[in-house]
Amino acid sequence: MPSWRTAWLINYFLWQASGETDVDISEIISIDTDRSRFKVHRSGYVNQDLFAAERDAIFNKSWLYVGHESEIVTAGDFVTRRVAGRDLVLARDSQGAVRCFHNVCPHRGAKIVREKSGNARSFTCIYHAWKFSNAGKLIGLNGPETYPPGFRQDPQHQLQPVPLLDAYRGLIFINYDSGAVSLTEYLAGAKEYLDLIMDQAQERMVLIGGVQEYAMRANWKLLAENAVDVFHLQPLHPTYFDMIGALSGSTPSFKGLTGEAHYLGNGHTVVEMDTPAGRPIAKWMPGWGEESKASIERVYADLVRRFGEERAFRIANRNRNLVLFPNLVINDHISLTIRCTEPVAPDAMDVTVWGLAPEEEAGNEVAVKRRLTSFIEFLGPGGFATPDDIEALELCQKGFASLQGAPWNDFSKGMASNTTSWMDEGQMRYFWVEWRDRLLRNCEVAA
Amino acid sequence: MSTPETPSRAEIEDFIFHEAELLDAWNLTEWRALFTEECRYLVPTPSADPYASPDSTLHIIADDAFLLTERVKRLGKRTAHAEFPHSKTQRLVSNVRIAASSGDEIHVRSVFATFRSRHGRVDTYYGRHEHILVREAGALKIRQKRSILGMEALRPQGSLSIIV
Ligand code: FES
Ligand SMILES: [Fe+2]
Repeated sequence: MPSWRTAWLINYFLWQASGETDVDISEIISIDTDRSRFKVHRSGYVNQDLFAAERDAIFNKSWLYVGHESEIVTAGDFVTRRVAGRDLVLARDSQGAVRCFHNVCPHRGAKIVREKSGNARSFTCIYHAWKFSNAGKLIGLNGPETYPPGFRQDPQHQLQPVPLLDAYRGLIFINYDSGAVSLTEYLAGAKEYLDLIMDQAQERMVLIGGVQEYAMRANWKLLAENAVDVFHLQPLHPTYFDMIGALSGSTPSFKGLTGEAHYLGNGHTVVEMDTPAGRPIAKWMPGWGEESKASIERVYADLVRRFGEERAFRIANRNRNLVLFPNLVINDHISLTIRCTEPVAPDAMDVTVWGLAPEEEAGNEVAVKRRLTSFIEFLGPGGFATPDDIEALELCQKGFASLQGAPWNDFSKGMASNTTSWMDEGQMRYFWVEWRDRLLRNCEVAA
Repeated sequence: MSTPETPSRAEIEDFIFHEAELLDAWNLTEWRALFTEECRYLVPTPSADPYASPDSTLHIIADDAFLLTERVKRLGKRTAHAEFPHSKTQRLVSNVRIAASSGDEIHVRSVFATFRSRHGRVDTYYGRHEHILVREAGALKIRQKRSILGMEALRPQGSLSIIV
């Protein structure tokens, strides 16, 4: 058994035995089928030991989003990322292969690449100048004459690659567990929805406009819940809909609209739903001006040609909020965005958001402006909605401090009728059961 | 528009300090009235070129006159949850200079530190303002205000729910 796992299991048992925390993973979720109650114990959002256990049982074993293919198009392109607490370099090497390695010098541990992005044939550590190719190979030593023969070729002395790296429809994922199932198996039913999103491009999607980097003083799971939580829209975001109403001449109404939650396997969920507002592909709304109507209709006609009426209608008219377990959110609505959370502490996460557009749209100023404006008005950290989400999530985290007197979160909505309406909470129940089962599965290794 | 008489730095400072005072007092209606009819309020994303066009580069805020009006309306409502009850804010503005004048425009630079306290926590936003001012009927007005944050990202501040 690898030593990290042994260490973790020992800690786990110490924690179980110490009685200092009353956390038993199997009891964090309380399900009462007869009375249709689904409760999550608030320690799940605050406990430091659980946070460490999540890192091992979930983040070290799941496929995690690391970047988009459009960020590393040319040989030598690279970006640096932090994924589950580790600094990584994602690069296209000089041969054109995608690489991902720990951004850590094999010599004495210094972080090597400090830029957020760039193009380089090699990376040199500032401390003692060990030099690596963009494929991660050690190509230069400072004072090589006093190193033993074969030292430079030793696998331990290369930049350490992450064990698994794969991509689906332009999204690049990594897995820290070399024994994990394949990415396609992991994505399971989510692939159907990723296809509906990526098919909006004739060839491929590209990132547009840069990146939004912000933070919330809240547990990372709160954002996973929030992303597929539709019944918060009207109470929490009236000022957003007021603004859209002022833009369009009338306040958007949800009357007659429908939506459904789907459970896609491995903890992934989606809410697919009608929208009272517009979609860049391809549902025009009055606030976008008459002049943009024709081009949006042309895009729609193209979808019909490519996919037929039914699928084109679904792609163009329905919104999708997709959560890829554990920490990736794709919002396909008035803008198309990828949101990735990085857990920092039980009560803190960093959030990074990118906007996506079909490559053929990227040169169209009006279309890009429409996407970026829609993105920042709703999902931007200075927009008309996201600051209120942050406030709500941070208020939840504050409330969890009282867990000894008020211990349970409720997710019972829709449980009695056993429906999967967009306005219910089944998608969150599904997420939490997956979360618990993954933690338990890891603990069973010890039994 | 007539050629503006060159303002003194004292006049410009008074204007900029008055603006900060209105914001600290949450007198946003009066603050909104400081802008010209066509106007912009921009807060670039810290990681991006601050002078990149908001049409092609993500901004934290890229308000035109319509959105700025809507933002002020929003911040006056109880349902602007992130700012209800209002945060307490204190703005320091310094290093005010007239950087250039061209045509009817007066380009003013200043630096700022804006403290926002809320729910027992203090967030600091800092950076520089670049105002483009014009004179309308004798009074100074803001044609554009660009607030360039000095942080690397909105971390740990998280969001920007106030006017910086
Ligand atoms: S730590 Fe990198 S070369 Fe020494
Ligand atoms: Fe929301």
